[in-house]
Amino acid sequence: MTYPLLENTNGDLRAASGRQAEAIGLDTLAELSPADLQIGADTLRAQAAVAQQAGFTQLAENLTRAAELTAVPNEELLHMYEIMRPGRSTYEQLQAMATTLETQYNATTTAAMVREAAAVYQQRNLLKRQR
Amino acid sequence: MNKSRRFAILAERDINKETFVEPWAEAGLMVTDSPYDPQPSLQLAAGQIVQMDGKARADFDALDIWIADHAINIAVAEEAMAMPAEQIAHMLVDINIPQRAVRRIVEGCTPAKLCAIMRHMNVLEMMMGLAKMRVRRTPANQAHVTNWKEHPALLAADAAEAALRGFAEVETTVRVARNAPFNALAILVGTQTGRGGVLTQCAVEERLSLQLAMKGLTTYAETLSVYGTERTFADGDDTPWSKAFLASAYASRGVKVRFTSGTGSEALMGNAEQCSMLYLEARCLLVTRGAGSQGVQNGSISCIALPEALPGGVRAVLAENLLASMLGLECASGNDALASHSAIRKTAKLMCQFIPGTDFIHSGYSAVPKRDNLFGGGNYDAEDFDDYNVLQRDMQIDAGLRPITEEEALAIRSQGAKAIQAVYAELGFPPITDAEVEAATTGHSSDDMQDRDLITDLEAADRFLAGDQTMLTVVAALQRRGFTDTARNLLEMGRQRIAGDYLQPSAIFDRNFHVLSGINDVNDYTGPTTGYRLQGERWDEIQRIPQAKSPRDFINPQIGEPTPKLVEMGAAKDGTRQEVIVAVGPAFNRELTRTIGGLEHEAVLEAILTGVAKEGLVARVVKVHHTSDCAAIGQIGAELSGSGISIGIQSRGTTIIHKKGLARLNNLELFPQSPSLTLETYEAIGRNAARYANGVATKPVGVKIDNWARLKLIVKTALLHRRETEAITDEPPTELFFDWEPDV
Repeated sequence: MTYPLLENTNGDLRAASGRQAEAIGLDTLAELSPADLQIGADTLRAQAAVAQQAGFTQLAENLTRAAELTAVPNEELLHMYEIMRPGRSTYEQLQAMATTLETQYNATTTAAMVREAAAVYQQRNLLKRQR
Repeated sequence: MNKSRRFAILAERDINKETFVEPWAEAGLMVTDSPYDPQPSLQLAAGQIVQMDGKARADFDALDIWIADHAINIAVAEEAMAMPAEQIAHMLVDINIPQRAVRRIVEGCTPAKLCAIMRHMNVLEMMMGLAKMRVRRTPANQAHVTNWKEHPALLAADAAEAALRGFAEVETTVRVARNAPFNALAILVGTQTGRGGVLTQCAVEERLSLQLAMKGLTTYAETLSVYGTERTFADGDDTPWSKAFLASAYASRGVKVRFTSGTGSEALMGNAEQCSMLYLEARCLLVTRGAGSQGVQNGSISCIALPEALPGGVRAVLAENLLASMLGLECASGNDALASHSAIRKTAKLMCQFIPGTDFIHSGYSAVPKRDNLFGGGNYDAEDFDDYNVLQRDMQIDAGLRPITEEEALAIRSQGAKAIQAVYAELGFPPITDAEVEAATTGHSSDDMQDRDLITDLEAADRFLAGDQTMLTVVAALQRRGFTDTARNLLEMGRQRIAGDYLQPSAIFDRNFHVLSGINDVNDYTGPTTGYRLQGERWDEIQRIPQAKSPRDFINPQIGEPTPKLVEMGAAKDGTRQEVIVAVGPAFNRELTRTIGGLEHEAVLEAILTGVAKEGLVARVVKVHHTSDCAAIGQIGAELSGSGISIGIQSRGTTIIHKKGLARLNNLELFPQSPSLTLETYEAIGRNAARYANGVATKPVGVKIDNWARLKLIVKTALLHRRETEAITDEPPTELFFDWEPDV
């Protein structure tokens, strides 16, 4: 896809709900639901490709993780962020979260980062403090 | 010791309200090049970094691990580390080497190597580098909009005005955390009323911030803080991994993110590990890049007074902006927190980012008065708007802003306040009254606003956050109430969210909702005529400050009805007796009839003649036609004068007492400050000229010196002289009959 995606869409650009970008406007307002304003995984992967093409490799990885995380509901996403923060979780909890990401959400890139965090936190004393 | 009057006055200056300290490396109070900073080094083994900046992998802390495994481009690392730092510094300044060639090498550099490059550069060279390395070609600016009362109508009005003034992003925050959703909503509605496409954020605790984003109340998040030592990072309640996760979480909800770092935070938080501020900031920037954040807010930010207390502080802060840009990160370059009491000092520092241009010159220009700025900011505030627009006009530089008229401001503020009033009414929030809308429209700060019932407001905010009203509810409300443009812009922001075009590096929207980013607005600067140039419509817009007048009508106050009492006779004859000649310029009492000070030419002549008469002499008035030069006019009069003494007057009032035999540009007395001359002064000039003619000792006329006069009146002076010069003809001097007798 050509950047900006919204200006070059040919009807391919869809929200997470499946609604086409062209079908979002004041004239269709009454039909719209919040999922119609949510970005979809495909679009995030397309933006990742744009970033990669332009040489922004780490941004592309970020957007790839983001594509995976579209599958995770809001409350759980907030909970997962908490688990990642220092002193919040055990090594096992982090590993379990990585497994959930892989098996339940197919979020393999994100899961790899979480496993890496588990190892580093253990090494660097960033896990939950044992009493 | 004796006391010095001058030092006593200096001690009272604003600059001497600041704190200045000597460097102290052990305490981390050093901006660059601490003796404890590591030296650059890098070792690879099997495609992995096993040694970096003097540390073996076994000794890496969490930041080192993250930087080694995520931030540095292994493919170019050895090449980059082998290249002498001076050579990379040269590449930054060399206009012939484009941005991408420099970035390729920088991507392989360790934190210590980045600092080594900076070591070789002075601020001018850094500014050249920044002009080239800035990610987005078009510079822009960000505003803070907050107020102490957290009044929604004022937030919306200020946000609308900020959008109209050209800010591409508006940031708000809270005084009371529970106000977050309402504050975010107010600036969202306000900005989209001012100009569709302005990005908005609400700076609160990370988890709450993500919640606001999920509800569609914000379009970007900036205060994802990173720190340069492991301990400080943990005190900041995150790790590089959690921050990277958070960045992806935001992106998964279509929200743009930039991290925040800045020199001084580690020293302030007690864990600088004896390293220099810039070295630690280089680590922050590599953490940021490794996480895949598209950009960073840096330039010391809230800690600015700390590097500025140290020598080279402003240079180091410029260096950190440059490093960010070098790493391909969007840079919102500080200039936000109160940095100095001194207007001179704060603006000198600003020029480091203003002149080369950054992605956002300010990471928070306070678009409200500083006392309403809840960020501890306000280095530049709403009361500096006119100065700022003049700076852009003075230097032909685009720093993101445009001048607006009072009418435009009132109109957009009213519209923004009414829009949020409508939303509150439709969504069942505690009402915003018409009186509050009016106060927000014409007001300047919280002081001008009514108090609201905070308890009911906070309860409504809690319900709004927890409930299922969303941006679509807000859009529908606005449309029902006739705020179609605002509704359309809000919905378009939502539509842009599903496309994610603004997740790319350094993305903003222009006035047509067209995205500009490091993807499609690449900074291609390679010297004069290239890159972003301020010209065309944008330059016209910046020139048109409301205070600028047309020069064509400037001198109208000096053009009136000539007095009929002054009549031109024939050619002027040489004088034979004791007299004073009053020689006037070619436009006197014809094309011009008043001095620059507004004195009627007739009154000026009367005053001079009175003075002459008081010394018992007679004056003869002569008009010089072939020159407009004051000294020449005076000299010609002196040549004609029976006593050899004359008074020469230009029509604008500049006066000279001349004497026959003196060189043209010499004089007995000269009165170059025409605005300071009064009728009393002119009478005294007449008396002195007569006394010189009588050979009587005389004290020169004392005239007040006003050094501001030239500054204020130089345009008028130039135009008056032009008019007089246009009246020049080849005629010899003529005698003027003045039908008036002095009363002595």
